[in-house]
Amino acid sequence: MCLAIPGKIVEVIQGSPTLGTVEVAGVRRKVDLGLLQDDMPKAGEWVLIHVGFAMSKISEADALDQMRTLAMLGEAEQVMQEVRGYGLGEGESAAQEKPN
Amino acid sequence: MRFVDEFRDPEIIGKTAEEIRRLNDPGRHYRFMEVCGGHTHAIYRFGLKDLLPSNIELIHGPGCPVCVLPMGRIDDGLAIAQDQSVIFTAFGDMMRVPGTNGSPLEHKARGMEVRIVYSPSDALKLARSNPDKHVMFFAIGFETTAPSTALTLMRAKAERITNFSVFCNHVTIIPGIRAILDSPDMRLDAFIGPGHVSTVIGCRPYEWIAANEHKPIVVSGFEPLDLLQSIVMILRQLRGGEAKVENQYKRVVPWEGNRAALRAMAEVFELRPYFEWRGLGFISQSALRLRESYAEWDAERRFTVPGVRVTDPRAAQCGEVLKGVLKPAQCKLFGRECTPEHPIGALMVSTEGSCAAYHSYQHRKELVSSIQPVA
Repeated sequence: MCLAIPGKIVEVIQGSPTLGTVEVAGVRRKVDLGLLQDDMPKAGEWVLIHVGFAMSKISEADALDQMRTLAMLGEAEQVMQEVRGYGLGEGESAAQEKPN
Repeated sequence: MRFVDEFRDPEIIGKTAEEIRRLNDPGRHYRFMEVCGGHTHAIYRFGLKDLLPSNIELIHGPGCPVCVLPMGRIDDGLAIAQDQSVIFTAFGDMMRVPGTNGSPLEHKARGMEVRIVYSPSDALKLARSNPDKHVMFFAIGFETTAPSTALTLMRAKAERITNFSVFCNHVTIIPGIRAILDSPDMRLDAFIGPGHVSTVIGCRPYEWIAANEHKPIVVSGFEPLDLLQSIVMILRQLRGGEAKVENQYKRVVPWEGNRAALRAMAEVFELRPYFEWRGLGFISQSALRLRESYAEWDAERRFTVPGVRVTDPRAAQCGEVLKGVLKPAQCKLFGRECTPEHPIGALMVSTEGSCAAYHSYQHRKELVSSIQPVA
């Protein structure tokens, strides 16, 4: 549960809540950006995600390090399972965005 | 060193390990507690103990929210979901934790509606798309996770989604650390502070550990180098007779924490007067519950929970392992009646539990090394 997953913001979707489409190892999902409302990330920036919420912004270098650490911890599969599970597993394809 | 080559940047790891040896006082027996279960897991996974001098002992702290939850609370959550119209939702880690009459997964096999979610917002989503059902989210976790539950509840309230409730088992880390320090069984020299809880609460809440208890605490990242560097920083402090809070995980942890997360928590939650932690007993002001303004979404208020205190099976020594008094392998059931495949207690189920970590890495390593090659 201390799983902090690095992801790249692809798109910020304004609203209530403000969501971000993140990409983690090629898989795209929407995460909640509500916890970063004081310092909203922009597309192209990296965040650390925990249970479907972006918790903090990090540099790209640190994001890649984190991904490596998760792999070293043997948690890469768990990470992808979690990311795929966000949004209850909606829409695998990056090209196709299902309307909510 | 045999294991250094397995790491990335083995040279830096090697230098850091050397620095530890240089700062080490071999006449002393150091006891450092890593609070967070994620750190316990990393320490075992990376075999970091092998890089440390033998007089530095790492003690596992109670920072595993699944591990510290008493069995009675699992029973309570499952009791709520006995109602056919209720869908029990929880993170994957919760699914195999034993209740008195079986784990959530076992209840699912017996016909209960149980679903894994990876986010509290997905539990809310389930409620939106199942208006004829009630979705109960079994919320668990320290301050890392509580803000996400809080935001989800704020969303539920704003959208007036009434077929949704949270069974709140969020606990707070500082009272847990305080209970450890107050325990007569423990003599500790320093703490390796939790990484991700600190992104929310920041580093200030640890200042009393340094000021009042005169023990160094270094908030650490999760890579091998992070943990080793944190140990260097602790040793430097001890050598200089200092005790202060330091942040080794600066790249992620802001000293002031995450204000938006803290605001969300304050909006939705209040502190329970007391809460029971496995192994540490009742600790005052150590857990969260929903405020009156969110009563409609509080599973404990909407449903009747048995609220029975359930003690662990007598032979299981979960409490002592959790407090750091016993090492996992010293529990009588370890590796025999209690294994990851057939867990008796939560410490063997959770990925952050010290028993599970020890069993996966250390235990196998020792088994392997104890096998004599046939000539």
